Amino acid sequence: MSDIALTRPVPVTTEPPLARYLLIGLAAVFVALFLFAPLVTVFVEALRQGWVGVIDALRLPDAQAAIRMTLTIAAIAVPLNATFGIAAAWAITKFDFRGKAFLITLIDLPFSVSPVVAGLMLVLLFGANSTLGGWLIANDMPIVFAFPGILLATLFVTFPFVAREIIPVMIEQGRTEEEAALTLGASGWRTFFTVTLPNIRWALLYGVLLCNARAMGEFGAVAVVSGKIRGETATMPTMVEMFYNEYLSVAAFTLAAVLAMLALLTLLLKSLLEWRHAELLAATRRH
Amino acid sequence: MYHTIRIGGHSLAQGTFLRSLDDGRIEIDAGHARLSGHPVTPLHPSDAGRLRGALRKTLTGAYLRSGILTAVAAIGLTLTGTATLKAQDNVAILNVSYDPTREFYREYNTLFNAWWAAQGNAPVAVQQSHGGAGAQARAVIDGLPATVVTLALSADIDTISERTGLLPADWQTRLPHNSSPYTSTIVFLVREGNPRGIQDWDDLVADGVQVITPNPKTSGGARWNFLAAWAYAGRNGLDPAQFVGTLYRNVPVLDTGARGSTTTFTQRGVGDVLLAWENEAFLALASLGEDKFDIVVPSVSILAESPVALVDGNITSDAQRAAAEAYLQHLYSPEAQALATRHYYRAWDTSQAAAEDIARFPELELVTIADFGGWPVVQTEYFGEGGIFDQIYEE
Repeated sequence: MSDIALTRPVPVTTEPPLARYLLIGLAAVFVALFLFAPLVTVFVEALRQGWVGVIDALRLPDAQAAIRMTLTIAAIAVPLNATFGIAAAWAITKFDFRGKAFLITLIDLPFSVSPVVAGLMLVLLFGANSTLGGWLIANDMPIVFAFPGILLATLFVTFPFVAREIIPVMIEQGRTEEEAALTLGASGWRTFFTVTLPNIRWALLYGVLLCNARAMGEFGAVAVVSGKIRGETATMPTMVEMFYNEYLSVAAFTLAAVLAMLALLTLLLKSLLEWRHAELLAATRRH
Repeated sequence: MYHTIRIGGHSLAQGTFLRSLDDGRIEIDAGHARLSGHPVTPLHPSDAGRLRGALRKTLTGAYLRSGILTAVAAIGLTLTGTATLKAQDNVAILNVSYDPTREFYREYNTLFNAWWAAQGNAPVAVQQSHGGAGAQARAVIDGLPATVVTLALSADIDTISERTGLLPADWQTRLPHNSSPYTSTIVFLVREGNPRGIQDWDDLVADGVQVITPNPKTSGGARWNFLAAWAYAGRNGLDPAQFVGTLYRNVPVLDTGARGSTTTFTQRGVGDVLLAWENEAFLALASLGEDKFDIVVPSVSILAESPVALVDGNITSDAQRAAAEAYLQHLYSPEAQALATRHYYRAWDTSQAAAEDIARFPELELVTIADFGGWPVVQTEYFGEGGIFDQIYEE
């Protein structure tokens, strides 16, 4: 009897402490090993010659051109795909039409197509050997191996991010609120800005951030269409590879560190916004 | 020719041009001192690139202010911007080259620009693109606007000529030495102390030896590797197909370019021996430490000619043609030849090369591509679709 009384009661709704610590420890080790360690390595390699090496690397014209290129590409690709994503999600969730399932599958296509194939498709479509590409090049409007090609490749691979984030939220919310707004006499645009947009804003933000991260980090598709012209058509990820291949590992890892910083900044921005608008966020989620 | 440069924030200086520095600055002789600074009249008149850069900057700012519509308009602007600016007479050369020449051309471009300016010409902006030779040729065929190609073997340039007609079929007769200003050969790079005791080609087919070489389908260097091994087998009474087949069974990774293979071997630590361009092997020693690797010279190797050519079809102006032709011809000048020698290439004119640079090259028996019947024959027979390499690799 007394034996039983001395045993600490274990709540049946949770795991025993040992299992709990083991699981937490396992997760921590995993995160440290596969996420934290590689990230730290990037920064350690970049700082191998101290801050002087980093500053020298960032002063290389090729590095600066690559950073400018990547930021420009992201600044154009992200708003375009955000607009597209909202339009697609709106069409899919607010209307019934033939081929809706097909459209959803089509939006997912860039996820399933390998980036290399995406790049090669652009080369086949706009390269010198196609009719369209031949005409464009003859008229001094080259697409592949120039800025537009890199933009198109980035647009293609980041195509689904925003739409994919918004569609589930909009499906879950249904059409009742919009219908109410419309019956009360609001115009289409007003309904969108006062009813729909506030409801989807967090999903939209998350989609935009993911889209941005991928737009800046894309390598495969961009490498195929970039033509590797230094200072002209090199983005940050392709420049990292070029520097590495030229035994300029400090420059390569400095640029990689800048890329990582941009990604971390994106995440920080997301957390900050979530934290500041925690209540709003909770309210949206209650819907 | 006088140049004006900007020193610090507001002061200017004038003097005769001495040389271009890597970061866009130039060095001038101002009479009392040598000064360096950014030229006031741009030395690199790649105005298209500069303006596009400025456009990009404004774009980014504008987008933040007025949103998506600006961004959409911006694409149009960039497209038309590229078009109108290209039409202007700015002398820029795009040199599409292969992997191991990166370091050489970085210095040669400075050398050429200094010499070109000294002749009283407007300076030229030389842009570089590097990759596996086969892949680079493919990119030129697909529309990469190369002004000059400097590739690993003539077959790559032949392919461009055949598929696009951008340059005549007899391009290789236009410059001396089969249009090859520098040559190299194939040697072995092994780990320090040569733990596997590799001395010659027959050591590469031993059980358990891992050989690193790129894919002959995409890499010019890899084709020279293949042919050198073939030549060794032929000279030593072995069945070449069988010998080379065994060798390729010892290859764990086939990279697309020579530099990829070098990285696999030196930085990722895969393999016992790297079949490398002689210049690439020396460069790896110089960049990564002489105490990590040794060069082993086999009894037989191949004279690897790396030709250069003007891509006539991509020339947009007479000024560009003149600059591009001079760019290629100046590769044969004693100074450029000395520079090539310093970058571990076997050049023709060693009159200005340093004695210790020349002394690095060991004597060895070199077969030539002519012994195989020339590149047009070799390309289809050995490396074409269903050719000898395909047959060997399928086994």
